[in-house]
Amino acid sequence: MIGAEWIYWLCGGFFFIVGVQIAFDREHPKRWTNALFWCLLGASLCAGSFVAGPAGSPAALHPTIPSWLLGGAVIVTALIAGFGLTGAGTVRTTTEAEREASAARRRNLLFVPALTIPAVTVLIAIEGGRLSIGGHPLLVAGTQTLVGLGVATIAALVVGWALLRPRNPAVAFTEGRRLLESIGWAALLPQMLSTLGLLFTQAGVGTQVGVIVHHIVPEHSRVLAVIVYALGMAGFTLIMGNAFAAFPIMTAAVGWPILVQQMGAHPAPLFAIGMLAGFCGTLCTPMAANFNLVPPALLEMRDKYGQIKVQIPTAILLLAVNVCFMMIFPFA
Amino acid sequence: MIVLLGVALVVVGFALRINPLLVVTIAGIVSALLGGLSPLHILEAFGSGFASSRSITLAFLVLPVIGLLERYGLQQRAKTLVSQAAGLTAGRLLLVYLFVRQLTAAFGLTSIGGTAQMVRPVIYPMAEGAVMRSHGRVPEPVTEAIKAHAAAADTIGVFFGEDCFVAIGSVLLITAYVDANYHLKLDALQVAIWAVPTAIAAFLIHGFRLLRLDARVAAMMADSPEQPASAQ
Repeated sequence: MIGAEWIYWLCGGFFFIVGVQIAFDREHPKRWTNALFWCLLGASLCAGSFVAGPAGSPAALHPTIPSWLLGGAVIVTALIAGFGLTGAGTVRTTTEAEREASAARRRNLLFVPALTIPAVTVLIAIEGGRLSIGGHPLLVAGTQTLVGLGVATIAALVVGWALLRPRNPAVAFTEGRRLLESIGWAALLPQMLSTLGLLFTQAGVGTQVGVIVHHIVPEHSRVLAVIVYALGMAGFTLIMGNAFAAFPIMTAAVGWPILVQQMGAHPAPLFAIGMLAGFCGTLCTPMAANFNLVPPALLEMRDKYGQIKVQIPTAILLLAVNVCFMMIFPFA
Repeated sequence: MIVLLGVALVVVGFALRINPLLVVTIAGIVSALLGGLSPLHILEAFGSGFASSRSITLAFLVLPVIGLLERYGLQQRAKTLVSQAAGLTAGRLLLVYLFVRQLTAAFGLTSIGGTAQMVRPVIYPMAEGAVMRSHGRVPEPVTEAIKAHAAAADTIGVFFGEDCFVAIGSVLLITAYVDANYHLKLDALQVAIWAVPTAIAAFLIHGFRLLRLDARVAAMMADSPEQPASAQ
């Protein structure tokens, strides 16, 4: 059966190729540390399939790589980049004039591979569950979207090669390296933040915040309790970078005991709006790296916080709207 | 209470603009030590945390395709296409993208957009092409603003669209957590439906701001001096 693990190996393989390319690039300013960074990251993505993971993952029962080893590799990778030992090299690509000429000649044909990606992803995400070989499902249940993305990428690459006919097909990986190097260390940050959330939880940070919130929450004022729940969701998300981490803590401290049990709020609208209040916090924090720091890196913006600055006014207004909704809908 | 020092480290680190990767790694180790975790346990947490969060990184899988298309002029084509469409401004284009992104995400199709596969190769060049058509030039500050707004429209669109879909992570987290801890039978559809009012509010608020973007771009044009036309 094809599962998400295959796609992780594909992605790990791409990172590894980038690392090897950099190792052969004599003009790269930070050649060896950069090569090590991408090779380690690629290898770690593949190795992740073989450590003890959460229940249900294929290696959960028979881990073959100890997770402390992977953890050590990940920390080393993070420190290489953390101490500024990585940086983008210069990759030879086409000039602006060559691109204009190519665009004028190929016109809308250029969109075909780009649109192949979402089309195939969605097709497999929706219909992939029905594929079977000899009565056995082809895809591991619950992995259709990730497998879809992987298959779609390969399909789009093949379509791109067929339509554009580059003299050397490997140029796709050189161009991929150009984009990946512009993202740089930010490529690892989302996963490190997710790990930080895990460590915060295990160290009891959430419980402590819950205790503090419990002390300041007013017992009998509905307006104040709603404000504490909504602002707490946003504020805690701001720190953790993820509304999913804030939800259990704020709900256990305020949402359930005070708003639902004491004041009789309906759970469905209360929790739905509570989560969305948390999303307003996500819009404002560099801790949500994959949403707020990776895009500016990929777009090669000068101000790495430029996107967050644009999002803050919308987030504040929307948080105010959510507070109002939360005072009305759960109590209607 | 002392474990909160880890949170403080993160805030201070980001404020001082120290490399976030370094800040996060150190803060994680410090909070875990303060929380009484053993060094081996910490290493294991980094390993299993990395292994279970790998799906975020799959977004970069599309880079070879996008890079190949850029080499052959995808961004330039997107600009040309928009510069032919009269009446299409950067603000209006991003408004349409925000709407499409929200609507498709509300039907669970979150993988249609994204910075790597949509914003960088198509949406941002189109928005810049629209500025080019109406003003004839795109100075650097305007490019920055257009990039920031294109990325923001993508994020806001997917955030406040996906929650209206029943089988999305955040909705399932709510029902799973509440059902397990408080012995309720919360209907995922109910949770998703109650996300709709906020989704509409998000579209109105951010859509209004996008429509004002055109006026802001015009103001920035007035501020930045005209560059001398290069001799042809």
